[in-house]
Amino acid sequence: MTNRDLASPSRRGFLTATAAIGGGLLLGFGLHARGEVRDTLTTDAPFAPNAFLRIERTGKVTFVSPMIEMGQGTYTSLPMLIAEELEVDVDTIAIEHSPADDKLYVNPAIGVQMTGASKSIRGFYGPLRQAGAAARIMLVTAAAQRWEVDPSTCHAESGVVVHASTGRRLGYGALVDAAARLPVPEKVGLKDPAEFKLIGTPHRRLDTAGKVDGSAKFGIDTRLPGMKFAVLAQSPTFGGRLIAVDEAKAKAVRGVSQVVRLDDAVAVVASHTFAAKQGLAAADPQWDPGPNAKVSMSDIVGQLARASERPGAVARHEGDAAAVIARAARKVEAVYEQPFLAHATMEPMNCTVQMTTDGCDIWLGTQVPGMTQAAVMKLTGLKREQVRIHNHLLGGGFGRRLDYDGTVRAVQIAQQVSGPVQVIWTREEDIQHDLYRPHYYDRIRAGLDAQGKPVGWSHRIAGSSIIARYYGPGAMKDGVDRDAVESSANLPYHVGAIHVDYVQQEPPAGMHTSWWRGVGATRGTFVVESFMDELAVSAKQDPLAYRIALLDKQPRAQNVLRIAAERSGWGRPLRAGQGRGIALCIGFGSFVAQVVEVIVGKDGAVNPTHLWCAVDCGVQVNPDTIRAQMESGIIFGLSAALHGEITIKNGRVEQTNFGDYQVLRMHEAPRIDVVLVKNLEAPGGVGEPATSCVMPALTNAIFAAKGKRIRKLPVANQLR
Amino acid sequence: MVTLNVNGSLRNLDIPDDMPLLWALRDVLNMTGTKFGCGQGLCGACTIHIDGHPMRSCLATVSIAIGKRITTIEGIGATPEGKRVQEAWLALDVPQCGYCQSGQIMSAAALLAESPKPSDANIDERMAGNICRCGTYPRIRAAIKQAAGVKEA
Repeated sequence: MTNRDLASPSRRGFLTATAAIGGGLLLGFGLHARGEVRDTLTTDAPFAPNAFLRIERTGKVTFVSPMIEMGQGTYTSLPMLIAEELEVDVDTIAIEHSPADDKLYVNPAIGVQMTGASKSIRGFYGPLRQAGAAARIMLVTAAAQRWEVDPSTCHAESGVVVHASTGRRLGYGALVDAAARLPVPEKVGLKDPAEFKLIGTPHRRLDTAGKVDGSAKFGIDTRLPGMKFAVLAQSPTFGGRLIAVDEAKAKAVRGVSQVVRLDDAVAVVASHTFAAKQGLAAADPQWDPGPNAKVSMSDIVGQLARASERPGAVARHEGDAAAVIARAARKVEAVYEQPFLAHATMEPMNCTVQMTTDGCDIWLGTQVPGMTQAAVMKLTGLKREQVRIHNHLLGGGFGRRLDYDGTVRAVQIAQQVSGPVQVIWTREEDIQHDLYRPHYYDRIRAGLDAQGKPVGWSHRIAGSSIIARYYGPGAMKDGVDRDAVESSANLPYHVGAIHVDYVQQEPPAGMHTSWWRGVGATRGTFVVESFMDELAVSAKQDPLAYRIALLDKQPRAQNVLRIAAERSGWGRPLRAGQGRGIALCIGFGSFVAQVVEVIVGKDGAVNPTHLWCAVDCGVQVNPDTIRAQMESGIIFGLSAALHGEITIKNGRVEQTNFGDYQVLRMHEAPRIDVVLVKNLEAPGGVGEPATSCVMPALTNAIFAAKGKRIRKLPVANQLR
Repeated sequence: MVTLNVNGSLRNLDIPDDMPLLWALRDVLNMTGTKFGCGQGLCGACTIHIDGHPMRSCLATVSIAIGKRITTIEGIGATPEGKRVQEAWLALDVPQCGYCQSGQIMSAAALLAESPKPSDANIDERMAGNICRCGTYPRIRAAIKQAAGVKEA
């Protein structure tokens, strides 16, 4: 938000309008005094100086969060930004999910109302402090006018305006009516970071209480009077169609009320999920498998391999890398492959919809409320104000809830159902009908001089374009998907002449690829950090020293590498079967380095035992959240690196549930030590870089332990 | 009609007795703290206690709970172990997205009831059935130890 936005008089008007629309329909719920999280339930607070803040006559402060909480801690760090400048106790702030609005609640670092790309703090570090400061200035001015003193002789603390010389005090609640009549200041001064009381100090999360007593509400917890439950089956093959269902048998199941047929899906509607599941089994849907009936992984990987032999769209070109490599003293080359991955959020896909005479209401957890609203408008022909999105806490996002396919499905079903219906995906449906992280195929080669220093570097990436699907082909630049070449085109190391190009190769029609935690940096970091290790080995140099020498213009990167290495005891001897690997991720505005210590058993079992992570993300808002996100990203990345793989056979996904799509469990989780580097650089994102970093750190450790280079993920049984 | 004892309250329900308890709790009683995760007993999100023993409610049917005590996340705070576990979870800020945490807490409370001073091996064994995609395992381990009053290694 800019100062111009702060001054916009339409804001209060909008909030009032929301209250009028939302009033009777929405469910609010209170949890606990500390960290109250509410569904969008606009109160008639008299003081709403901007889209994010409302203060009632009781003094109660409500923060309407533009970004959604999906575990990353944003419902604590964003209120901290507000509270720092508003001068209120952050623990007393109530939090509401924002309604869909790509303008009011736009993430300025992205351009739409999107929680993703590790950009919540980066987008709102300035705007929310400004929002808090503007409100404080108005409250202080209101008090000064009441007392007939100069505002500069007053200050605010803990929700009270104080006139120090006379000892007079007025709580914010007593000032809201007067403050609301004042102009919103055009320009506000912000605290010097040295004055921060909250920002930079670990603060307990505000959303924990409801998450330990079962009262926190996720989309799947929506309960409405007369609500029915629908279980969904979509065509098991990509691009297949529904040809028959046994509707009579489905309806014979007690509790089943309806079978909804769509072209490529069927849903059974019942009074509870159990009946709906039984009804779906009884319906025994029959499918025309469509054009992909014979497509399997060998076809898909074969296409990628062939694609990677064609010259691609150029993402970076400096010098004549091909010629330099051809005459280099030594050449190293490799092919890296990374699999399709599912998101497997703990909360399976679900969406609750009620079509009404004047539009529709949608209850769900989404990372993109505005885009979801637009998709439903397109599907139904309804107007914006008729599509009311009620967001919830997300039971995991990881990119899955950046897409609205589940909402479109649910609305298609609800259009045929009378009254509210909750559409639930079984775990099997969730795994088999995800939008997957692309399968990538990278060819990379380098030339080294006689001392082992790289003099030429050539890297070609082949894979599907998420940018083209998500934003449209127009979002590509000269054929380059900027996400697909992330961490490769902007390689931080000095490698001499460099050529990076990209070949778009899509999977079978009907199979879609999407954002997955760490996005392009996860693909790129695995390849370049593994290959950097290969070069160090070829040059017979220490992988840490080799990297440091090639990063002389990157002091923050050198620093995190040195810290992680030092904490890990880098260089100290290890037992046979043990190894240490290091990797660096510069991404999302942050610098992360990790060392993994691994034991490879005689049977080939790979066990990462200890992990050191150094992170420099610039200004720290809530340091404990940064730690938690490092732990989280590491374990998420280890799940994928060790086990994660979605494979296609005869046009369908082979994996079904957590039995065959394995994720890390308690006994596999390593000890994790996180070191935070303190400075006042611009804030960087922390939700994703640890995921990107850990995969090559692990496989480099495996190489150190056993001399086997993992060039294809997951590790799975490659050491057995 | 069946009668279930849920967190000390007797509830008469018109439901089939082969219905998994998960759906009886969530869809019939509107007790949504117990979570659906996988439907196959693979993830632990739906863990409840039946007569104090941890069970996966996506598999355990209504019939096996008749005449027994069902405890859910909404009621576990009334037990000494449950209360200690919830307090430790709060103190160490264990949850992230929070969706799996009901099941984690139910498994942890059952573990402490059985092994008041659990070893790391106990924790591995009794918590391995509960998946967390946010990677809160290090904090879960630390919180269990805090609740048990045993030192972190």
